[in-house]
Order: sequence, then C-alpha cells, then structure tokens
Amino acid sequence: MAELEVRLPLSDEVIEQLRAGDSVQLSGTVYAARDAAHKRMAEAIARGEAVPVDVRGQVIYYVGPTPARPGAVIGSAGPTTAMRLDPYTIALLEAGLKGAIGKGGRGPKVREALVRHRAVYFLAVGGAGALLSKHIRSVELVAYEDLGTEAVRRLELDGFPVIVCNDVHGGDLLEQGKAQWQRAAG
Amino acid sequence: MRDVHVDEIRGAVVRLCQEATVLLPNDVLQALKRARQREESPLARQVLDQILRNAELAADEMLPLCQDTGTTVIFLEIGQDVHVVGGGLTEALREGVGSGYREGFLRASIVDKPFTERINTGDNTPPVVHTEIVPGDRIRIQLMPKGSGCENMSRFTTLLPGAGKDGIAEFVVRTVEEAGGNPCPPIIVGVGVGGTAEYAMYLAKKAITRRVGEPHPDAETAAFEADLLEWVNALGIGPQAVGGRTTALAVHVETYPTHIAALPVAVNLQCHSARLKEAVL
Repeated sequence: MAELEVRLPLSDEVIEQLRAGDSVQLSGTVYAARDAAHKRMAEAIARGEAVPVDVRGQVIYYVGPTPARPGAVIGSAGPTTAMRLDPYTIALLEAGLKGAIGKGGRGPKVREALVRHRAVYFLAVGGAGALLSKHIRSVELVAYEDLGTEAVRRLELDGFPVIVCNDVHGGDLLEQGKAQWQRAAG
Repeated sequence: MRDVHVDEIRGAVVRLCQEATVLLPNDVLQALKRARQREESPLARQVLDQILRNAELAADEMLPLCQDTGTTVIFLEIGQDVHVVGGGLTEALREGVGSGYREGFLRASIVDKPFTERINTGDNTPPVVHTEIVPGDRIRIQLMPKGSGCENMSRFTTLLPGAGKDGIAEFVVRTVEEAGGNPCPPIIVGVGVGGTAEYAMYLAKKAITRRVGEPHPDAETAAFEADLLEWVNALGIGPQAVGGRTTALAVHVETYPTHIAALPVAVNLQCHSARLKEAVL
C-alpha cells in the first residue's frame, strides 16, 4: 500500500497505477456535489440538456460543507455517504467522470462501472470535516445556488488526504480489509 | 413549584448547539484514544489518527467536528415541580436551535415537505424532542446533533418472543455488517429491546446517550453488551471500513418490559463523532 501525492486532473497513467489501500494526497480541482445536485444533473442528462459541469476527466467530491465563518475559505467539509449517489453515478461515468471522493462502499453496479470506465473511488475520513477543510484552498460557486449547502462548487485541494477504495483493476479496499481483519466470533 | 423562564431555556439551547457540534465529549475522546492504542491495522490507525487530530483542531479553532451538524435531537427531562413561564416551551426550543445554528455557522440540514419539494427550513429547525416528566424542580436538556449517515442505518425488527439473546445478537451484528462504512465507524451501537415498536427505537437512541463504554447497571445486560461488542468487532470492518479491529467503541443495550407476544428490537447507530452536550436548569 503506497503513499502518493497526486496532482489533479487524474492522468490515465496515474489511474492505472493506483491500487485499493493506497494513501493519496490530492491537489488540484474537484467539484463538490451531493444528493440534490446529482438529482438535478441526472434529470438534465435524461432530458438531453447540458449539465453545469463538464465532468470529463474530473473528480467529484460528495460534500455539503458548513457555512464559512467570516475570513474562512470554507466551513467543516468532510465526505458524505457515497452509496446514496450510486443511482446517479453510472451516467456521470459514461459522461467521462474519472473519480469520486466519499465515505462508505459502493454497490456492485458502480464498482463494475468504475472498472469499465477506468475511474477511481476514493475514501476520505467521514467525521474529519474540520481537518479536511484545512486542505481546501479555495471555493467557487458553480451552479444551483438555491440548493445552499448542496450547490455545485469548484474546490481547489491542497494535499487532501484520501485512501483508494476502488481501483480500475477491480480492487476493493472494503472487501480486502474485511477479509484480512475479520475473525471467528468467540 | 419553581419558575423557569423560557429565555433561560432558549439561551441554554443556543449554547448547547454551538458547543456540542465543536467539542467531542471527553468519554468519546478517551474511547477513541484507547482504540488507537489497541488497533493493529496500519490503515485503521491512520484513520483513527485523523479522527483524533480532527477533534483537537475543531476544539482549538471552534470549527464543527463534522459538516453534518445533524438533526438536532433533544432529550428533555422536566421536573414535575417546574413551571415554565414567559412563553411556550416548544417555541423556545425551536428558537434556540434556530439561533444556535445560524449564529454558530452550523449547517442547515433539515428540509420540510420531505417527500415532495424538500424545502430547507434554513436554520435546522425544528428539533426532534423527547420529553420525560421526572421528580424534582429542575430541567435537564441533553442535545444530540445526530448525523444522518449513521441515522440512515437504523433498523427495527419484531422477533419471536422466545428468540432470546441469540436472535437479538444475530440482528444487531447483521445490522452493523450491512451498514459497513456508511455510519462512520468506529460507531456506538444503541440497542433497544422491549416496549413497543416506537419505544424500542426511543430506547436505542437513548442508549447512545450513555457515557461510552459504561456498562449497563444490570449484570446480565452488561455481559450481553460485552459479548455483542466482541462479535461486532470480530466483523473486521474497522474505522471507516478500511479493515481493522475497531468497528465499534461500545454497544449499549436498554430494555423495557414488553408484551407476552412480542420481542421488539431496535438498533440506532451513532458515528464516532458522538456529539452530546447537556445543561441542567
């Protein structure tokens, strides 16, 4: 399990290199979007309309931050549960999305689609929103301002700590971790 | 009768919202530190280190521990010799939460019209309030900002009356296993056994207000809690489900007498950011 520093956007070479369980520090641009924004984007795609973010080659961070205090870039900003976004994720992968950051595992269909579309799912530590906010250098509103905390935002990450959960070779950290650490109950 | 003015209640709720979301209770912090010492998985240790650094940073800079500042759950114990004066109690709680979240730069996560428009109420109101009338002339307010990642993993079942400890254990362990990384392990597992459907879930939620790892006063229940903790941690899910020894910090079981035909069991999970703060007026 390697420790790597990765500059975004993810290159094809880096994507092939990443393995489930690798600790990665991400720097560069990601897009913040969670439930309500995904629903809107999925509805737009279904109607054949443009979505506010060209997701080709991009990484989405599932986050709805607390409001920034005066003088701060952002409030607390940790990941939300990824599985709720599963119903919207495959369409975004088909549109060229290359990565997502969240917490908890993905369903079998998304895991398979990640391999097929050569994209990576990263875990960030849920409940570490204060710490993670220190690795976000800037925030810019992109779309759906009316959604408040759920609006789409462009974030500039700086050494943001994540762990590779699902790699393009079919590796799944959650399965590997359980297999390694479970034991017969006494 | 002792008069308690609603202004005092409102003020206490404002303070509790802002302190509970920023300061991790000491019992939780100590349980996390013990888990870090025992943990064998290197990735799990890395996760626990981040969680501990996060708690330190949040307290130092008065930043919310987690961006999910929760549904505001309030457990209210009202002494039967208290007379609330100066306005409505429910309104005071609601206003306290609204001011607490707005002024504390906490996330407004509550939406009205839940199955249609889902309109954000803008200030995290209304809270969910459980009230108990108790002897005495004090008001005790326990405020729990409850994240939805863990709340979504709550489960309820009605077992056959004779299913016993084995039936309950099977259901509790399966609930934790299916929840995986979603409730933000290491978790605190609240289990409510007995009463009726809604009361079992209330007990499960109440169970997570107990100091982490403090055993149930009844020896048999305490022994069951210890067994459940061992079985849950044998799953190997680990912190954030990266694999490890620490899936749960504690299992707390609360019971209540139930019907001859019934054995209701509810499980309510609490994330490692187990926020809780209380005031007594």
